[in-house]
Amino acid sequence: MSLLVVDKLTVGFPGHTAVHESSFAIEPGETLALVGESGCGKSVTAFSVMRLLPPNAKVVSGRILFDGLDLLTKTPAEMRDIRGKQISLIQQEPMTSLNPVLSIGLQIMEVLRRHEKISRKAARVRAIELLDLVSIPDAHRRVDDYPHNLSGGMRQRVMIAMAVACGPKLLIADEPTTALDVTTQAQVLDLLDDLRHRLKMAVLLITHDLGVVAQWADRIAVMYAGRIVEKADIKPFFAEPLHPYSRGLLGARVDVDTEEHYLTDRLTEIPGSVGSAAMEAGCPFAPRCPIVVPGCRLAPPPLIVQGDRAVACPRVT
Amino acid sequence: MTVEAEIVDLGSRAAPKKGRRLRAFLRNPNFVAGAAILGFFVFLALFASLLFADDPQAMVSSPLVWPGDDWQFPLGTDSLGRDVLARLAYGAQASLLVGIASATIGLAIGMVVGATAGFFGGRIDSVLMRLVELFQTTPTFLLVIVIVSISDPSLGTIVVAIGLASWPTVARLVRAQFRSLRESDFVMAARSLGYSRLRIIVQEILPNALPPIIVAASVMIANAILTEAGLSFLNMRDPNVVSWGGMIGDGREQLRNAWFLTALPGAAIAMAVLSLNLVGDGLNEILNPRNEQ
Amino acid sequence: MGRRIATTLRRAAIHAGPTVLGIVVLDFLFLQLMPGDAADVMATEAGSATEESMAALRHQFGLDLPLLSQLGNFLDHLAHGSLGYSPRFNTTVLDLILQRLPGTLLLMITALSFALLLGIVLGSVMAAWAGKWPDRLLSVVVLLLYSMPGFWVGLMAVVLFSVKLGWLPNDGSETIGAHLTGFAFLADRLSHLVLPALALASFFVAVYARLVRTSMLEVQRQDFMRTAQAKGLNPFLIQLRHALRNALIPVTTVAGMHLGNLLGGAVVVETLFGWPGMGRLALEAVLARDFSVLLGVLLLSSLLVIVANIAIDLLHAWLDPRIGEA
Repeated sequence: MSLLVVDKLTVGFPGHTAVHESSFAIEPGETLALVGESGCGKSVTAFSVMRLLPPNAKVVSGRILFDGLDLLTKTPAEMRDIRGKQISLIQQEPMTSLNPVLSIGLQIMEVLRRHEKISRKAARVRAIELLDLVSIPDAHRRVDDYPHNLSGGMRQRVMIAMAVACGPKLLIADEPTTALDVTTQAQVLDLLDDLRHRLKMAVLLITHDLGVVAQWADRIAVMYAGRIVEKADIKPFFAEPLHPYSRGLLGARVDVDTEEHYLTDRLTEIPGSVGSAAMEAGCPFAPRCPIVVPGCRLAPPPLIVQGDRAVACPRVT
Repeated sequence: MTVEAEIVDLGSRAAPKKGRRLRAFLRNPNFVAGAAILGFFVFLALFASLLFADDPQAMVSSPLVWPGDDWQFPLGTDSLGRDVLARLAYGAQASLLVGIASATIGLAIGMVVGATAGFFGGRIDSVLMRLVELFQTTPTFLLVIVIVSISDPSLGTIVVAIGLASWPTVARLVRAQFRSLRESDFVMAARSLGYSRLRIIVQEILPNALPPIIVAASVMIANAILTEAGLSFLNMRDPNVVSWGGMIGDGREQLRNAWFLTALPGAAIAMAVLSLNLVGDGLNEILNPRNEQ
Repeated sequence: MGRRIATTLRRAAIHAGPTVLGIVVLDFLFLQLMPGDAADVMATEAGSATEESMAALRHQFGLDLPLLSQLGNFLDHLAHGSLGYSPRFNTTVLDLILQRLPGTLLLMITALSFALLLGIVLGSVMAAWAGKWPDRLLSVVVLLLYSMPGFWVGLMAVVLFSVKLGWLPNDGSETIGAHLTGFAFLADRLSHLVLPALALASFFVAVYARLVRTSMLEVQRQDFMRTAQAKGLNPFLIQLRHALRNALIPVTTVAGMHLGNLLGGAVVVETLFGWPGMGRLALEAVLARDFSVLLGVLLLSSLLVIVANIAIDLLHAWLDPRIGEA
């Protein structure tokens, strides 16, 4: 059974719909990369899974099954038992996602003491162990430090320690390395990958960086203007992206064996912007699509499954 | 688009923007409510002598008539038989006059000090900020009392004293504005064109620093009215001028048998100050660029 | 922690030095501007004086010296803890003020604590229900409190609680001649404290409530609040431990800026309630035209503000670990 099944999720803000009938699944222990430009709805999707949407956003329809149970029907108290224990979250900005006035030790102990019946002393010992686990040197001394004493990469390690503290089955990482410099990025992602194998947790990795995807993900779901347009395993995806948007993202010269250069190269530019999809009745990508035909503008194309992968474009199936 | 087309476009955009501004004012409930109450008090102050021809200091009836007992004096009379409503109207004159005049003095000093400190920075800035700190450390109200007691408690002295004691807040605000605007593109452009410092300060920076200063001005008038009320309550007032604070001070003697003499002028002060605070809140919402949209 | 506190304390003390000196000089200048000098006051007290005896008095007090030497003398006296002698009250100015200091401190601390407590509660409630009816209702109440003169709030409270209901006394700091002890004494003092503290606090309740509301709403948008929620913490705990502590940092800063206003307000409130404090002393000095006492009060209350500001800096350092580092 899949660990997480997001089934036809639609999330609305006043005046616009951020996520349209999106569906994907994550198997236990795997890393799924949710990829797209900023504003395409990938973070909103992640926050829906945690049920931590901003107050003005609302899940309009769909189901989110975690271990077979629909998270959308849980009471707030039940959700609080799941958050931090079964599903945890790492945010984009390590500079602002830790509370500046509380020591990092306390912030780790807090999640331990919320979900496990352990004494303050034992929680402190565990917090030091966790800091050790995420390779923070001098953990027993660092435990009393405040966030401002740490660099961005170190803070993100603390966030990871906090996220894995209670051994979650699913870790949602929302652009975990975007704010970090390139070398730190790789270290943090290696750490995350290592922990996922050791702790046997699944990761929902949200990113706009295909280089990160190529190196650290098992599967990919590409999102465009609130819709998932392509789902595939990593190897076949990079060997032959199907959806015109995916192709645009990868550009022509992409070769799956030389993953490294994704770290330095930005995405190839696709003419137009996500914004131009707002008023579109048909395929959201039609205004920017190089292979568009008049039929594309009638209705959004459904996601067609072809073996192990799925794509929402009738022109390539 | 050509350059000319762009300029024409800018010009045509300016007109509806003005209209939008006005509508933004009218659509802000705080501003509208505040302006309405304030307008009422201004009207009362301007036409007090027409509305109430008699001397507000003169005895016109038997003392301590309760409000509603005699419709010739709808808000009653005080212990000396003076018309409370007429005195409230004349009191509006004193309160608004002191409020506006002392706020003007405070604004003038604060803007000069703040602009100088913020624009020049460096040593001038640190010396001036020391001065600001000095005045902020000294309890404002005590300072006003000291200044008033050095000379005589006339309306003029009170205005100057409140003005002298209230400038530091403005100075801080203006300084912060100037410090951030000093480095902005349009000031850099003006500098590279070789404009004089005074011209840059007055023509380039000041207009852009104005919105928060306007908000501060309304709060300053409100505070000045409160300070004046406290002073005249303590009998540090011009004996020939009717003031709300003074009326409270007089009414205090009758607190047991005629508390309305204290309640009414106090309510007038509260409403006047409230209107200014509402206008300030409204202006803040309208003028603050962060709140646009 | 200890080192940070020490650093903060040292910095605050160094920073306060020039301000203290400035206040002293300002004080001296005001003294020069005052109509008449100590000799005039003494002559008036004595009833009659000749030109020669006035000159002698002036010489005795060093009033005929150049301005700068007089400032030197003034500083010298201050350094020895002397603020001068009040012929009117027949004691030294310092003694006079120190007698009244505890009264003012008690009133100030009570009012400030009450204002902070109520302001934080009201502000948090308003922020939690932002835009809904509890927020709208409280916003109106707070705006009214913000606009009413404190002494008038006090007078209206007197009408209600003293005149109509007869619950609370409205004059002095204790029942005179009652010779109470133990609990009765404490209750008596407390009942005398309620109304003046209420009158003094009313404006500041509004100031803090507005501020807490704004900064609590600001904190809600921060990323670390989502982190706290993602840990599954109880919402109440999140607000208390994560939001409020951050929101209080700007509140303490503003509390420091308003201390001078609080002391100023004490002048009116103490006079109104016959509370034996420094503020009432200042007004008594004005009425007696005893300017050395008036300026002594000004000087000492400024110093009090500086000391209180240092205390607030320490509180700030305790709330915010980023302060006082390196």
